[in-house]
Amino acid sequence: MSDNTITVRFFARLREELETEELNVEALPGLTAGDVLAELASRGGRWAQLQGDQPVMIAINQTMAKAGSSVQGGDELAFFPPVTGG
Amino acid sequence: MITIQSGDFDAAAEYDALRDSGAGTGAIATFTGLVRDSGDLQGVTGLYLEHYPGMTEQVIQGLIDEASKRWDVREARVIHRVGRLALRDQIVFVGVCSAHRGDAFAACEFIMDALKTSAPFWKKEITGDREHWVEQKESDLARSQNWD
Repeated sequence: MSDNTITVRFFARLREELETEELNVEALPGLTAGDVLAELASRGGRWAQLQGDQPVMIAINQTMAKAGSSVQGGDELAFFPPVTGG
Repeated sequence: MITIQSGDFDAAAEYDALRDSGAGTGAIATFTGLVRDSGDLQGVTGLYLEHYPGMTEQVIQGLIDEASKRWDVREARVIHRVGRLALRDQIVFVGVCSAHRGDAFAACEFIMDALKTSAPFWKKEITGDREHWVEQKESDLARSQNWD
């Protein structure tokens, strides 16, 4: 993983429906988690659900984050449905 | 101590280990969660549990730390299973040692309630012919928010 790459991971229902476990995006200055979400949703089709009715939770480097949280090269960004363990 | 594992656990052995562990322990509260036959779907025959390795342990450790700030916690043990589970299988174990019962009950309930809405686990219900990712419950969110 190069320094200007952000790793994006998906879990559970999102992983299955997007048929994607992991992908990389380029880290641009001032990029937020919400920007990455919007960019992926703009691919259309099943990706549109990332900005659909169902909430998407966000983690950056394995810590809960918000859409406005900034991301940079080397970060691990994760998108997943609300959690249901226990 | 926190363990995420696919295999079963022995709740009695975990209780014994907690009993042997903490100086000043006068009370132990434990909770064990099991796979039940009805959730979002009826006739559930099993579950599949997925987690986010690394983040899961970090989040649960944060919950134990938070419980230790609020109550007298001498020792805490959390086990959560992942992978394929059958009906009545054990899913989760939370055990807390404290000096007194009030703190043991409260810390155990807090860790369990907060785990359900903040630890990255996802359950998929399996029936004879269907699979369904479980939706987060409003009632679970409300229970968790009660501790704020």
